[in-house]
Amino acid sequence: MELKSRIPSGPIQDKWDKARFDMKLVNPANKRKHSIIVVGSGLAGGSAAATLGELGYKVSCFCFQDSPRRAHSIAAQGGINAAKNYQNDGDSIYRLFYDTVKGGDFRAREANVYRLAQISVQIIDQCVAQGVPFAREYGGTLANRSFGGAQVSRTFYARGQTGQQLLLGAYQALERQVNAGSVTMYPRTEMLDLIVIEGKVRGIVTRNLVTGDIGIHLADAVILGTGGYGNVFYLSTNAKGSNATAIWRAHKRGALFANPCFTQIHPTCIPVSGDYQSKLTLMSESLRNDGRIWVPLKKGDKRPPNQIPEQERDYYLERRYPSFGNLVPRDVASRNAKYVCDEGRGVGETALGVYLDFSDAIRRLGRKTIEERYGNLFDMYQRITDEDPYQVPMRIYPAIHYTMGGLWVDYNLMSTVPGLFVIGEANFSDHGANRLGASALMQGLSDGYFIVPYTVGDYLANNKFPSIDESDPEVRNAVACVQQTIQKLLSINGKRTVDSFHRELGKIVWDYCGMSRNAQGLEHAIERIRELRDEYWQNVKVPGSGADLNQSLEKAGRVADFFELAELMCIDARERNESAGGHFREEYQTADGEAQRDDDHYSYVAAWGYRGYGNYPELSKEPLEFEYVHPAQRSYK
Amino acid sequence: MRVTLKIWRQTNRADKGRFVKYQVGDVNPDMSILECLDVLNEQLIERDEEPVAFEHDCREGICGSCGFMINGVAHGPLPATTVCQLTMRHFKDGAELLLEPWRARAFPIIKDLTVDRRSFDRIIAAGGYISVSTGSAPDGNAIPVPKEAADRAMDAAACIGCGACVAACPNASPALFTGAKIAHLGTLPQGAPERDRRAIHMVAQMTAEGFGGCTNIGECTGVCPKEIPLEVIARMNHDFIWGSWRERDNVVTTMRPFTEWSTGSKFQINEQETD
Repeated sequence: MELKSRIPSGPIQDKWDKARFDMKLVNPANKRKHSIIVVGSGLAGGSAAATLGELGYKVSCFCFQDSPRRAHSIAAQGGINAAKNYQNDGDSIYRLFYDTVKGGDFRAREANVYRLAQISVQIIDQCVAQGVPFAREYGGTLANRSFGGAQVSRTFYARGQTGQQLLLGAYQALERQVNAGSVTMYPRTEMLDLIVIEGKVRGIVTRNLVTGDIGIHLADAVILGTGGYGNVFYLSTNAKGSNATAIWRAHKRGALFANPCFTQIHPTCIPVSGDYQSKLTLMSESLRNDGRIWVPLKKGDKRPPNQIPEQERDYYLERRYPSFGNLVPRDVASRNAKYVCDEGRGVGETALGVYLDFSDAIRRLGRKTIEERYGNLFDMYQRITDEDPYQVPMRIYPAIHYTMGGLWVDYNLMSTVPGLFVIGEANFSDHGANRLGASALMQGLSDGYFIVPYTVGDYLANNKFPSIDESDPEVRNAVACVQQTIQKLLSINGKRTVDSFHRELGKIVWDYCGMSRNAQGLEHAIERIRELRDEYWQNVKVPGSGADLNQSLEKAGRVADFFELAELMCIDARERNESAGGHFREEYQTADGEAQRDDDHYSYVAAWGYRGYGNYPELSKEPLEFEYVHPAQRSYK
Repeated sequence: MRVTLKIWRQTNRADKGRFVKYQVGDVNPDMSILECLDVLNEQLIERDEEPVAFEHDCREGICGSCGFMINGVAHGPLPATTVCQLTMRHFKDGAELLLEPWRARAFPIIKDLTVDRRSFDRIIAAGGYISVSTGSAPDGNAIPVPKEAADRAMDAAACIGCGACVAACPNASPALFTGAKIAHLGTLPQGAPERDRRAIHMVAQMTAEGFGGCTNIGECTGVCPKEIPLEVIARMNHDFIWGSWRERDNVVTTMRPFTEWSTGSKFQINEQETD
């Protein structure tokens, strides 16, 4: 399939202006005649629904949680980047653009990233006006900090709860539209299929999670802002409910899935403590600004950290990367933690952990300053581990956190199915093979507030929408598919619970398609995933009925989709014979163990098309061109 | 360690509901009480019994989904902690824990420990925002905000909307929740223009939902996982009284509290069969 990225011509700094000018507008009186569906109510979905409502469209917004305010954007801690250069430290739109393209290991589209950097500035203005209580200096101006792999201070934050405050801003804007009657909110409602009629998206099929009712919602455009697929791994920093069902079912209806193997492992999470573990807790990466990461020099050194003298410690990031030290990008920090643990120098009971030590910072800045900066994170750590990080170094280990891959979209954020737009983490667009800290919030809000409201309008103005109703055969077909899947899951009545399958699947993907991968392991994983999936459809046990609140049934449908997605991730990882960002193939590394890209052969977006279960998916390639930032080996030494 | 969980089981709103006792062995002190319920649910499914329905999502204490009463205390015995972060090491080996859903007329029960909190969304929709449409904002530094004001606003804005305040209040009043939003937005210069309207609309909606009134008991702040201070209620009362005077010529309308669920066009199974 030929992928049309629709990147506007002209110099990079003018592309978005040009695109906006070239877009057709919808007459204000006609806007309310167009209905738009937004699935997901996080930073991307919530901000898109609110803005489209403000513009006068008839919007329906769906979320599986009990309220749109619960979307997992709420858990983002650290902050949001913007090229404001308020600190006068040399930042600019171009520098944010440059950092993001480089940080993404040259696997993102330049034009998209430049637009993101441009819009970052407006996002901060918008959020301040909404009442987001960003941190302030005594003079009343906005405060900034440097964050994860950046050498300028461009991160805006609201204590350790930036995601919460930004999401509440979007949520309140959304509720304002609900009150105004322009947005209808459907909480506790899950999208289970996409309705495509005559080559265009025309609606979705949903299930109300309380009553079990299957609903049909027709519209002229559908926007998915349903987040990432990190929960394929079972243990991740995602919320328990985060899932890939909306994007996967859209994929099965024709939307290509891009770069599924680009997943991000976050270096600073609380290590796993037992088999019962249901999720992993992230400790904000801002901790790396003041904490120093180390392990004992000797293998199997079981002494308590305070008894290990300075000269017997290995501050391995500072040693290997003198110029960035503890602030190297996430993929580099995670991989190095794995290396030292693989060498047998990991700490804690499981030996899968490294120390993050604040004693130097406390000595230098005083306990009070550290409390002000990280108090809530330290409290959270202590609540979970029962250890006091002011006294004992934290133990941290990498965990899956973000997925750069997602549905393929063009410059207008439209997928390969006309009328289906994909925004936020659910699309693949801006982060390449690795995402920099504090840029997920930026992308979600950029897509939702400032991009998709324009591009959807252009789509609506350029297309005709013949009237359709629920008797259309495609509608019937989608509903029948949904009902069959539910019936099938309920009728198997096997011996194993959904969670037990999910846990096993997650372990396979983590072991073979996690922090490092190799061809042999990936092939093995593909085989194991298929076997397990076959067993799933014969031996899963889903209690209860489809006619009321049934959390097992919800999970069962999502895990069924995770199986197929997991296989695609491994296929994609197997096909990409290079290392790039979060995708580290052991066969492709430099002499000193750094990721080695192969720009001659793999400078493209891998977009996969669904061809039925069990059939090898079809690969389409979108070549990447770098006119402004020239690909080079990333160096943080 | 092992614990006995006495859990409120109720199939749906029409069901009367009852407590059922479960023994859970093999409890690891490091697991959260939600993970303890996960373990119980796995066992129930294997025994062909219905698992316990309870709300949860982020499991990091920030989304506000989770929450139930443990031995009569909202979110259990540990201050400033939601149940998802309440580890079992805070209970004695062999303890018996009574788990109940939030109880309030404006939070109808859906199933077991799960309740319907859409009334909170409607309180926000009534006025818990600053009316600024996308694209119309001035530069972020155009209006300086004193650090103290920003910090105080943040203290109130930390509310996660879990509903523990309502559950703990003998009157089932959401004054702490509503007050938190009024204090957050009203403390900032950006929120000043709508301060009066916001207070009177949100308070009116709160009343329309069938919540009780605040009588300054303070249980709410005691159980609040984010330790929202009681002073936000004083702020709400202040803004409400002034607002009622200044807006005396304006009519306040509220949204209809509703408890049914909308599905869109509902798909009729028998309709398909006659085709």
